[in-house]
Amino acid sequence: MRRKIHRAPIAVASALLLGVVATACSTEDPTDTDSGSESSETSAPEESEESPAEGGEQEWFDQAVYDEQYEQRSATFEGDPETPYLQYIDGEMTDTSEYKSNKAGKACFANASISNPWRQTGWITMNQQLKALQEEGVISEMETRDAGDDDNTQIADIDYFISEGNCDAFIISPNSTAAMTDAVERACETGKPVVVFDRGVNTDCATSFIHPIGGFAWGIDTAEFLVDNLEEGDKVVALRILPGVDVLEQRWAAAEKIFDENGIEAVDFFTGADPTEIKTFITDELNKGEIQGVWMDAGDGAVAAIEAFEDFGADLPVMTGEDEMSFLRKWEETGLTGLAPVYSNFQWRTPLLALQKIWAGEEVPKEWVLPQTPITEDERADYLEANDGMPDGHYAKFGGEDLVGYPEVWQERQIP
Amino acid sequence: MSTATSTPSRPSAGRALPLTEGSLVQRLLRGALTPGGAVFILAAVLFVAVVAINPNFGDPPQLIRFIGRTAPIAIAAMGQYYVIVSGEFDLSMGAVIATQVVIAGNYIGQDEGRVLPALVLMLLVGAVVGLVNGLGTTLLKVPSFIVTLGTMLALGGLVRYLTGGAATGNPVDTFREIGRGGIQDVPVIEVLPYSVIILVAIMAGGVWLMRSPFGRTIIATGDNPDAAGLAGAHVWWVKTRAFMLSSLSATVAGILLVGYAGVHPSVGAGYEFQAITAVVLGGVVLGGGRGWLLSAAAGAFALELLFSFLNFQEVESTWRPTVQGVIIILAVAAAGRAWSLGRRPSRTSPPAAPAPPSTPAHPGTETGEK
Amino acid sequence: MSATAAQSPGQTPGQTPTAPEPRESVRRRRAARPRNTGGLSSTSLIYLVLVGVIAASVVLTAIEGRNFFSQGNIWAVLTAMSVLGLIAIGQTLVILVGSLDLSVPYVVSLATVIAAGGMKGLDSNLPAAGVNTLGLCALIGLVMGLLVGVLHVHGFIASLGIGLVVSGYLGTNYQGSHGDASPDLELLGRSGIAGIIPTAFIILLVAAALVTLLLRYTRLGHHLYAIGGNQDVARMSGVRTVVPVVAAHVMCSVLAGFAALLLLSRTGVGLPTIGSQGRYDLLSIAAVVLGGTLLAGGKGSVIGTIGGVAIFAVLDNVMGVMQVNPFLKDFVRGLVIVLAVAVYARRSVVRRPPRFGGSGPLGASLGTNQKGGAA
Repeated sequence: MRRKIHRAPIAVASALLLGVVATACSTEDPTDTDSGSESSETSAPEESEESPAEGGEQEWFDQAVYDEQYEQRSATFEGDPETPYLQYIDGEMTDTSEYKSNKAGKACFANASISNPWRQTGWITMNQQLKALQEEGVISEMETRDAGDDDNTQIADIDYFISEGNCDAFIISPNSTAAMTDAVERACETGKPVVVFDRGVNTDCATSFIHPIGGFAWGIDTAEFLVDNLEEGDKVVALRILPGVDVLEQRWAAAEKIFDENGIEAVDFFTGADPTEIKTFITDELNKGEIQGVWMDAGDGAVAAIEAFEDFGADLPVMTGEDEMSFLRKWEETGLTGLAPVYSNFQWRTPLLALQKIWAGEEVPKEWVLPQTPITEDERADYLEANDGMPDGHYAKFGGEDLVGYPEVWQERQIP
Repeated sequence: MSTATSTPSRPSAGRALPLTEGSLVQRLLRGALTPGGAVFILAAVLFVAVVAINPNFGDPPQLIRFIGRTAPIAIAAMGQYYVIVSGEFDLSMGAVIATQVVIAGNYIGQDEGRVLPALVLMLLVGAVVGLVNGLGTTLLKVPSFIVTLGTMLALGGLVRYLTGGAATGNPVDTFREIGRGGIQDVPVIEVLPYSVIILVAIMAGGVWLMRSPFGRTIIATGDNPDAAGLAGAHVWWVKTRAFMLSSLSATVAGILLVGYAGVHPSVGAGYEFQAITAVVLGGVVLGGGRGWLLSAAAGAFALELLFSFLNFQEVESTWRPTVQGVIIILAVAAAGRAWSLGRRPSRTSPPAAPAPPSTPAHPGTETGEK
Repeated sequence: MSATAAQSPGQTPGQTPTAPEPRESVRRRRAARPRNTGGLSSTSLIYLVLVGVIAASVVLTAIEGRNFFSQGNIWAVLTAMSVLGLIAIGQTLVILVGSLDLSVPYVVSLATVIAAGGMKGLDSNLPAAGVNTLGLCALIGLVMGLLVGVLHVHGFIASLGIGLVVSGYLGTNYQGSHGDASPDLELLGRSGIAGIIPTAFIILLVAAALVTLLLRYTRLGHHLYAIGGNQDVARMSGVRTVVPVVAAHVMCSVLAGFAALLLLSRTGVGLPTIGSQGRYDLLSIAAVVLGGTLLAGGKGSVIGTIGGVAIFAVLDNVMGVMQVNPFLKDFVRGLVIVLAVAVYARRSVVRRPPRFGGSGPLGASLGTNQKGGAA
C-alpha cells in the first residue's frame, strides 16, 4: 500500500519540474522561431499596406504607413467639423454616376459581429441613421447578417447576399483582412456599389473604404503623450486585447517603436479585455516594482487598471485609455494625467451616408479617411456633459446626437 | 465495494484506514501522498518559487491581497467540485457569473437600498439555474455536459440580448466593497479583504457539508449511482443539489468579481474551464467519486500561483496556455496513476498485499475525514 | 454485451449498451427487444426532427419572402454543414470510444496556418503541404490518444491540455493571417455541382460513408463500440483497448485537418484563430449528441451525427434569413440542444427499470475509464 502511494508526490513533483522546464524553454522559443523555418518560409510578398504581417510582431510595423498616418493626424479634413462622420482627407475620388438611382435601394450589411461595446454602440448609431435615411426615401431596407466573429461565416454571408439578397449595395465590415479579400472581390464583381469600413481588405475594388486615420495614428498619439509626461527609464505597462487584429497590432507597433526610441521600458500583456486579468497583471507588475505609465490598445477595461493602482495603494499612473464613458468618468474622478484616444465610433454612420451619395451619383472618396482626434483633459468635461446618462460601455465620440431616438436609444442600449 | 464508500469510516475502523490513524502529523504526511494532498505541496512549491523570484510577494499585505483575488476562482472551483464529484460537469458557471454581474450593474445601479434585495435576487437566480441544470440532467436524462452547455449558451445569449450586450455601469460602492474592500488596520496584514473572510467561511461550510450525510451520499453517488440508489439515496435530488451548490458558488464568485473587477461583459468568461482545471489539478477525478473539497480550492491557488510565477518570470503571456496545458495533463496523469495504484493491486506489482476489503473506502474519507 | 458486439460483427452498433449499469437488467431488456429497432428508430427520429426543423424553416423563410429551396440557400446550408460536419464525424469516433476532443479548434487553426505556410500560393506545393499538415494532425491525435489510452488521462483533460498547448504555440508564433493557399485548393472551395451542391459537401459525404463502413464492417469499428460501451468488459473479452482509442483520436485530428483544408480553400490564408472563431469544440460535441450518439460512448452513428449537423445548419440558416438578434441566436441554439437531446435521452431510457432511473449516462460511464478497478 505505502509502496504504491509514494509515487504520487514524485509524479506530481516531476510534473511541476517539467512545467518549470517548459517555462524555461518557452522563454527562449520566440527567438528560436524568429530565426526558424517558420518565419523564413513566410516571406511571400504581400501586396497591400493593410496586409497583416507574418511571424514576428515587428513585422506589423510599416514605416510608409506610419509616416502617412503621422502626417494625416495634422491634415486638413474636407467638410464641416460639425459632421465629422462626413469629413475626409482630400484624395482620389470614385465616380459613382453609374449607380445613380431615383428609387430607394436595398442595402445588404455583412457585419463581423457586435461582440464588444465599441461595435454595439456603433451598431445602434447605424440603425438610427438607417431610420433617418429610410424616412428620406433613400434606403428601402437594410438586411444584416452577423458573422459572430467568424471569418468562415462572414464569407458565407457575403456569398448568400450575392446569390439571394437582391441587394442594391453591399456594406461590409470585415472580420479579418486577408481572409475576406476574395469574398469582397466577388461582391464587387456583381457591379453593385460596395462599401467597406473599419478593418480593410487587400483589394481596392470597393467603391469606398471608410476608416478613421488608423492604428499607427493611435499609437503615435498615445505613446507621444506618455513620453511627454514620463521620464526616460520609466516603466509603462501595455494592456492589449488580443493578438492578430491589424488595427490593434498597428497601435502597439507604433507605440512600441516610440517607447523604444525614448528609453521608456514597456512590458505588454494580452488581457482579452477581461478586467480580472487586467487587475491581476497590474498587481503582479506593481509587486515587481513601480509603474509610471499605462498604455492601452483599447480602453475597454481601463477602469480595472486604475482600480488596481488604487487597491495596491500605489501612485496613479499616467495613462491612455479610450473615449469609452467608463474611462472618461474614472479619469475625471481620480484626476490622473491621461488621454483618451479615439477610434472614431461615428464611422458606423458613414457607410449609409456614403450610399446616399453613391445613389445620388455624387463622387465619394476612394479611401474615406475620417478624423481621429483624441480627447484631452481640457475637452473631457464637455464630452462628459454631452453624454450624461449614457451607460459605461458608450463611446463619447459616437456622433449620433442629431439622430432620431437620441438619447434614449443609446441610454437603453436598444440593439435591434 | 462502492457501498462501502458511503459508509462513514471512523478512526476506530482500525488499520484498514491508514489515513485516519496515527498522530496529526503522520496523518497529514500520508494525506500529502495522495493526489488530493499533493496539490498542497504543489501550491507550496509554487509559492516558494514565486517568492524566490519576487520577495515582495511574500509580504503579508501582498499575500493576503493575492488570497483575496484568488477567492472567486477558488470558490467557483469548490462549487464545480460538488458537481464533478457527483459524476457530472457544470459548463454554465461563466454564464452564471456574467448574469450576476449584469444583475448587479443594472438592478442595483446607484441605489443603496437595493443592495440587499439584489443579493437575495442573485442567490435566487443562482439557485434556479442550478435547479434547471440539475433537473435537466437527472429528470430529462440529458448528459450534464449538454444541459450545462445549453444553459451556457441560452443564459449568456439572453442576458446579452436583454441588456444590449453590456450592463449600464458599476453598482454602488457599498456593493462593490464586498469584493474590493476589507477590514482596515489589521495588524501585520494591514487589510483583511472581505473576500478572504467569505472564502474561509465557504471552505468551512463546505468541509462541514462534506462531513455531513449529504457529503457522503454525493461521493457515493459519483462513485456508483446505481449502488447509491440501491442504498437508499435519492440520486436525482443529490445531484440536483450539487448543481445548485455549483451555481450558488458561481453567484458568490460573481458578487466578489463585481467588486474586484467591476461590471464588464467579459467578467466570468472561461471560468468554467478554469474551475474544472483547478478541480482536476486538485486531484479530483472526473467522473466522480474521488477527491477532496479543499484540494479543489488548493488547485485554484496552485493555478493562480503558476500564472503569477509566469508573470514574474517575464514569460510572454501568449505562452501561458501552453504551460497550463502541460501542467494539467501531467498532474492528471500522475494523479490518475496514484489513485488507481492506491485502489487496487496492480498487475505489475504482484508482491503488493491484496487490498483489505475496506480499502476502497479511503478515497471517501479523503473528503473531509482527514 | 459490449464484448458481444465486438465478437459478432453482424450486430447493429446502435444496440451496444453504454454504462456499467447492472448487466443483468440490460441483458434481460435487450433480449426482450427485437433486434435493430433501437438503432434504427433513434436515427430516424433524428431525421424526423430534421424534417420538422426544415418544414418550420421553409415556412419562416417564406414569410420573409424567400425560398428555402432556392439554389443559393441550399448551397449556403450545405456549405455551412461541411466544415462542422467533418469535425463532428471525428468527434463521433472519439465520443463512441468513450473519450472527448476539446482540442479540435486549435488543431484546425494550426492546420490552416501550417498548410497555407507550406503552400505559399503555389499548386506545386499542394501535395506536400497537405500531407505535412495531415501528418502533423495525426501526430497530435497520436499524442492525445496515447495520453488517453495508455496514461489513462481523461479525454476531457488530455484534449483540453493539448488544445491549450497548441493555442499557446499559435498565439506566440502566428499573429494574424499566414501563408497563402494554392489556387487549386481555392478553386475546390468554390466548385460544386450545378451551383447547388458544393464539392466540400461531397467530401463530407464521402468521409461519412467511409467512417460508417469502418464502424460497421471492420474489427476496429466494433472495438470502438465495445470499448466505449464498457472498457473493462472489452478488455476482459480480449480487445486491446489502446489501439482503438489511439486510432479514434488520430482519425479525429486528421478529420479536423481535412476540415481545416476546407476552411483554407475558402479563406485563402491560414488563420491562427479560425477554429476558435467557429467554436468547433462545443458545437461539434453538441452536434454529435444531437445526432443521437451517447456522450458516454458505445452507442451512436455517423449518419445521426450528420443529421445533428444538418439541424444546426438549417437552424442557423433560418435565423440568418430572419435577421435574429445575434445574442438571441445563442439563446435559441442552447434551448434547441437541450430540448432535442431531452427527446432522445428520454426515449432511450423509458424502458429502464424505475429503480435505476437516477443514473445519468454521462456520469456512470465517465467513471469507467478512471475507476476501472471498481467495475
